[in-house]
Amino acid sequence: MQDLSLHILDVVENGINAGATLIEIDISEDEANDLLQITIKDDGHGMNAEMLERAADPFVTTRTTRRVGMGLSLLKQAAKETGGDLRISSEPGKGTTVVATFQDSHIDRRPLGDMGATLTTLIMGNPDLDFIYTSNLREQKVEIDTRSIRKELNGTMSISDPAVIGLIRDLFRKEED
Amino acid sequence: MAKLRVEDLKRIKESMKGTVNLRQGDYRVKVTVHMGTCGIAAGARTLMTAILEKLEKSGATDIILTSSGCAGLCNHEPMITVEVKDSAPVKYVNLDPDKVVKIFDEHVLAGHPVADYALSIGSETTY
Repeated sequence: MQDLSLHILDVVENGINAGATLIEIDISEDEANDLLQITIKDDGHGMNAEMLERAADPFVTTRTTRRVGMGLSLLKQAAKETGGDLRISSEPGKGTTVVATFQDSHIDRRPLGDMGATLTTLIMGNPDLDFIYTSNLREQKVEIDTRSIRKELNGTMSISDPAVIGLIRDLFRKEED
Repeated sequence: MAKLRVEDLKRIKESMKGTVNLRQGDYRVKVTVHMGTCGIAAGARTLMTAILEKLEKSGATDIILTSSGCAGLCNHEPMITVEVKDSAPVKYVNLDPDKVVKIFDEHVLAGHPVADYALSIGSETTY
């Protein structure tokens, strides 16, 4: 994975596969402590204590198509490379929260990458799920809540309509200008 | 803080008025981008972005673009599956944005599968 936005896309897919209906993604910076924190929270079916302990092990996966599961272990590695860490908490039936911390200024801290592409890919691919995205960073401050977009559209068009996806993508483009 | 403006949503809602939005119901073609860890690391997101751009430009309302997980052929990623109604699904492998543009034009829009990029035609497994 070249950047953090790809890691986020990947870990969110775990939540989707766990039957989540709402996924919250939060990226924030703590400048005083030189920290970058990514939180990904889902309301999927969660994990028991035994699975939780092994979740970041690359040789553990719930899938049946292959025997390795690299997603969380790669994010953990990316965090560890900067002196940060990955914490996972989960409860069966309640959902899972993944928190990755990074030393923000560390030379090995991967760039944020294209969060707009990650968000539009997620919404496009999962129009029935809701996403809340909040980034409060020097380079990007964006807030998206698909529940309120859905409410506003009021069934007239799908949230995955290219016109809506275009608006969401533009939020990130404006930030870059 | 950048947020979606209600005015913008209203504007696109207005522009859709009078057109029957088929996207919510029936579709002619379904394009699935495989978005497992393997696919993402190999560039699946760039395919999604490229197809979305083509879809936007085409203005077609009978094409669904979606994503799925790993299909178990990680060494062939990034991959997409194109399903045209009443025809066998086609899995395309080892793709890049240029290849999916060609697939979109020739298969999704015109209905002719691009044999050069296809793994197999049909839904049989190869592993």
